[in-house]
Amino acid sequence: MKMVIIAGTPGSGKTSVLMHAIKNLQDLGLRAAVVKVDCLWTEDDARIKRLGVPVRVGLARDMCPDHYSIYNTEEMISWASSEGADVLLNETAGLCLRCAPYPDRALAVCVIDVTSGPNTPLKIGPLLTTADVVVATKGDLVSQAEREVFRERVVEVNPGCRIVEANGLTGKGSRELADIIRDSRDIEGEMLLRHNPPLAVCTLCTGELRTAKKHHRGVLRHLDGFTEYVGE
Amino acid sequence: MIITIKGGFDKDGLPECVRSVDVSSGEVIGIVGPTGSGKSSLISDLEQFAQGDTPSRRYVLIDGFPPDPEIRHDPRRKPVAQLSQNMHFLADMSVREFISMHARSRGRDPGLLSKVLEMANTLTGEPVHADDNLTELSGGQSRALMVADIAVISDSPIVLIDEIENAGIRKKEALRLLSGEGKIVLVVTHDPLLALMTERRIVMRNGGMAKVINTTDEERRFCDSLFRVDTWLLSLRELIRRGEVLSATEAVI
Ligand SMILES: Nc1nc2c(ncn2[C@@H]2O[C@H](COP(=O)(O)OP(=O)(O)O)[C@@H](O)[C@H]2O)c(=O)[nH]1
Ligand SMILES: Nc1ncnc2c1ncn2[C@@H]1O[C@H](COP(=O)(O)OP(=O)(O)O)[C@@H](O)[C@H]1O
Ligand SMILES: [Mg+2]
Ligand SMILES: [Mg+2]
Ligand SMILES: [Zn+2]
Ligand SMILES: [Zn+2]
Repeated sequence: MKMVIIAGTPGSGKTSVLMHAIKNLQDLGLRAAVVKVDCLWTEDDARIKRLGVPVRVGLARDMCPDHYSIYNTEEMISWASSEGADVLLNETAGLCLRCAPYPDRALAVCVIDVTSGPNTPLKIGPLLTTADVVVATKGDLVSQAEREVFRERVVEVNPGCRIVEANGLTGKGSRELADIIRDSRDIEGEMLLRHNPPLAVCTLCTGELRTAKKHHRGVLRHLDGFTEYVGE
Repeated sequence: MIITIKGGFDKDGLPECVRSVDVSSGEVIGIVGPTGSGKSSLISDLEQFAQGDTPSRRYVLIDGFPPDPEIRHDPRRKPVAQLSQNMHFLADMSVREFISMHARSRGRDPGLLSKVLEMANTLTGEPVHADDNLTELSGGQSRALMVADIAVISDSPIVLIDEIENAGIRKKEALRLLSGEGKIVLVVTHDPLLALMTERRIVMRNGGMAKVINTTDEERRFCDSLFRVDTWLLSLRELIRRGEVLSATEAVI
């Protein structure tokens, strides 16, 4: 079985691109199963179910949605195998830019919206820099020059990635993405993350509500960038 | 270079009436048809060098063969410049920064900026300056800058244009600058002047290429008067923008 992580900021077009890619995977004779992870609520499962593929939702609630996704990797895989899937597609919530929920053997796809401007690739961090495939959406809304400048910025931060120009409305680029998924390797054995996620490192991570500095312990960073360990 | 469009299927899944169209270097071809008839989709098939993998299932060949997959997937190697329907830039930066960055991405000299500005300013009555913010340009200024950027920086052998009318720029001049020398040009248009400047036009209907019309000599005779009307309209527009009152002398074309 193959595993694909589809990450990217909310509204970037993950579900739209994913749905077109599923149709192309079906044309290629591959059976897909989808896990949608979100924080509190999602309606993506209803959209995807219309394609007749098995869909499962995981809500992370107060856990970092990417940590939650990583923690549940094994469960997702065993569920997808029990559904007889050839490809497990996991759409992430895409809210935490510190985390990149990409296991090394999975195909890491970062969906990014070109209308967010040419400086966005510099802001996204490991989500973009450790991806195998970068899907640039909404190119229909900008000029060719803007698409090219955007692409240049993506290559600057992730020189080895494959860039797919896709359109979530028309399905442009989805066949290319489906081909890349078909040609990706199978997952097997133990998987490692590509990028270490920040774990619970401070009192805020574990539920402290008071804002005053004196209540906080752990590895903490000040506005001026100074980082210190506060505590025993 | 010859580009061949191999007909696919229309929105009802029926084979397109036009089974094959060849376009050679130096030709300007129009694409006409009502809204929703598939004009932008045809342009998009050309831009992607479709290989039966778009909704129309068309094939686009270069000199009779499918293009190298590398060319399809790397826009920097694609011999295509495209002016899309968008009337505005979204990137939040100055004209200088953006054009220099685009020049670098295409491996061109960032110093071409002054040439781009000079050309843009021949197309619009409202001058574009290097330090203007892209997002603050008017529709006319943005279109003029997009045209000049394509003519100077992109400078590709295939040029795809999705409507240059309605932006208040000198469209005949814009089409001339975009066409350059010996390029393959496909232009979507509802504008009689632009449509008659082409050698042939593809008529779109229900997502398919319905027929190809050769511009007749009789039609070409319209061109001069259409051009005069167009120049007249632009000059009136300019007078009104400047806050002037039109007088009877302006009523003569
Ligand atoms: N114009 C345009 N809109 C798009 C494109 N891709 C997605 N959208 C729209 O963007 C919105 C968010 O898309 P969605 O797939 O739900 O994003 P997600 O939150 O990342 O899953 C929807 O309204 C889509 O119709 C695209 O390529 N072009
Ligand atoms: N041959 C085709 N097969 C299926 N769908 C098509 C075809 N041609 C166009 N469409 C669809 O029809 C809609 C309108 O097409 P578009 O190219 O935007 O038209 P126009 O530019 O002429 O207004 C789009 O959603 C497009 O995906
Ligand atoms: Mg979604
Ligand atoms: Mg259109
Ligand atoms: Zn996180
Ligand atoms: Zn914390």
